[in-house]
Amino acid sequence: MSTTRSGPPPVRERRLGRARLRDLQVVWIAAVLVVLLVVFSALRPTSFATSFNLLNLVSDAAILLLLATGMTYVIITAGIDLSVGGVLVFSAVTATKAVDVTGSLLAGAATAVLTGLAWGLLNGVLVAKGRIPALIVTLGTLGMSLGGALLLTGGVDLRAPGDLNLGLGLARWLGVPLIVWICAAITAVLGVALARTRFGRHTYAIGSNAEAARRGGVAVNRHLIRVYGLAGLLAGVAGYLSLAKYGITGVSAHSTDNLQAIAAVVIGGTSLFGGVGTVLGTVIGVFIPVVLQNGFQILGVRPFWQQVVVGAVLVAAVYVDQRQRARRDQ
Amino acid sequence: MSAPLLEARGIVKSYGHVEALRGTDFTLLPGEVVALIGDNGAGKSTLVKILSGSERPDTGEIVVDGQRVEFGSVEEARAAGIETVYQDLALCADLSPAANFFLGRELLKAGLLGRLGVLDNAAMRARTQEACERLGVRLKSQAAPVSTLSGGQRQGVAVARAVTWARRVVFMDEPTAALGVVQTRRVLDLIRGVRDSGVAVVLISHNMQDVKAVSDRVEVLRLGRRVARFETARVSMEDLVGAMTGAVEQAGEVEQTGAAGTGPAGAVEQESPQ
Repeated sequence: MSTTRSGPPPVRERRLGRARLRDLQVVWIAAVLVVLLVVFSALRPTSFATSFNLLNLVSDAAILLLLATGMTYVIITAGIDLSVGGVLVFSAVTATKAVDVTGSLLAGAATAVLTGLAWGLLNGVLVAKGRIPALIVTLGTLGMSLGGALLLTGGVDLRAPGDLNLGLGLARWLGVPLIVWICAAITAVLGVALARTRFGRHTYAIGSNAEAARRGGVAVNRHLIRVYGLAGLLAGVAGYLSLAKYGITGVSAHSTDNLQAIAAVVIGGTSLFGGVGTVLGTVIGVFIPVVLQNGFQILGVRPFWQQVVVGAVLVAAVYVDQRQRARRDQ
Repeated sequence: MSAPLLEARGIVKSYGHVEALRGTDFTLLPGEVVALIGDNGAGKSTLVKILSGSERPDTGEIVVDGQRVEFGSVEEARAAGIETVYQDLALCADLSPAANFFLGRELLKAGLLGRLGVLDNAAMRARTQEACERLGVRLKSQAAPVSTLSGGQRQGVAVARAVTWARRVVFMDEPTAALGVVQTRRVLDLIRGVRDSGVAVVLISHNMQDVKAVSDRVEVLRLGRRVARFETARVSMEDLVGAMTGAVEQAGEVEQTGAAGTGPAGAVEQESPQ
């Protein structure tokens, strides 16, 4: 059969170049992060580039990283999860209550994880089986979980059990907070799972072309429910760790967690249209706003600028993604 | 003459008040390329959906290798060795050719890693490469996503995928509709390659040149019924178009012959030409 050539060579080269460009997106944002770190270090070598400050950075980012990792999976399926902050708070509240009743921290941890999972599965069922847009479903469960948390607490923040706050909250291993290790380990496992396992492959396939995935024999609904369940479970874990770290349930402190997580995921090169993204990109995307905030504080720039800059970076990231899609689909 | 590989008898399918198929018959013999033609709304796509398991008929029966079957899902049709190349190709543009090839049938690594769901990408790439080469589909890179391929290459990947998994029949719905001259020729070569590998092909097409070029037989649908069957080598373009549009009427073709299955090896089966 005579199928040796597939169009004029220049076209093919341009196409391959474009494929490489997309792979390079993670490298580009990594470069942005490195530049930020170098610039801040050079401007304030004695205060920015200290191990104390860098540990601070990592601690601030760790819990958000869990939410953003779950969000990466969800957005790769071309979905969205606005409920993560609410689920985090609700899980922290139920965990506190569980420890109060049982006196066992383990029971508290299990309660947080299972509560988060339950909210996530609810999201998944409504999105996959109910055919309600994810934006609406998770906006609804955000309100329900935040409102539910306020109902359970009477609107007053609950204090974390003392031995949780003073135990896990302060524990360190090799000088790094245990919470950071936990978040890093979970993120690493999920990063590998997304890139290397069948679960990850189906996640990409659904976001890329759900109908094709269905025709290929992927159980699309079941997979979507699992992905939203995973995001909820991670929000539950984040709730427990946040309780340990800050010592309170923080009922009013997490209403913009969802936006922070989405911003991190999108800055990290994951497409809001689904099918494209990596956990590594999300890790970098989490650190860019955190480094900016920290750097501006140390430089004495008013920290409000961080919000402005992150907003602009977010818009730019989506613009680049749109352009790539448009060129691909032409 | 061999027994039919796939046969549909008296298929009726309505969508609300619209009768898409009104007692359609269809016959496919082993190792042949049959073109299924008809004007818009003749029921070609509906018939393919039913025979490939994505829709259920209201009445009528499907027989595969002499066994009556009922396809409740695409998976069941697939288990019977029937694959479909959809008009939209059903490819995930963001995934590599190999990932698309093995979508829903991923190969896992051996041992513990496999049990954890870890993919064996190297094996999938190798088998995809091998299948594509066998069918003459040249891919520059196995790693680049499908979105970077040309229309012809995408078609090639979709066809190669279907052929690799099909043991009996491949349906191809308008495989050349979006392609240029060179790419079309390549797809027609592919179809011949598929037939030569022993898998029967049903080609749904509007393009009479393609039909004449590649098919062994032609079955014509009009208004939800099979109205004519031809041997491609002995039929003129005018006859084909005439049967499609109704200018050459063969209504009640099946009832009058009383044989829905194998036809005589004669030229044009016209029982009641008007």
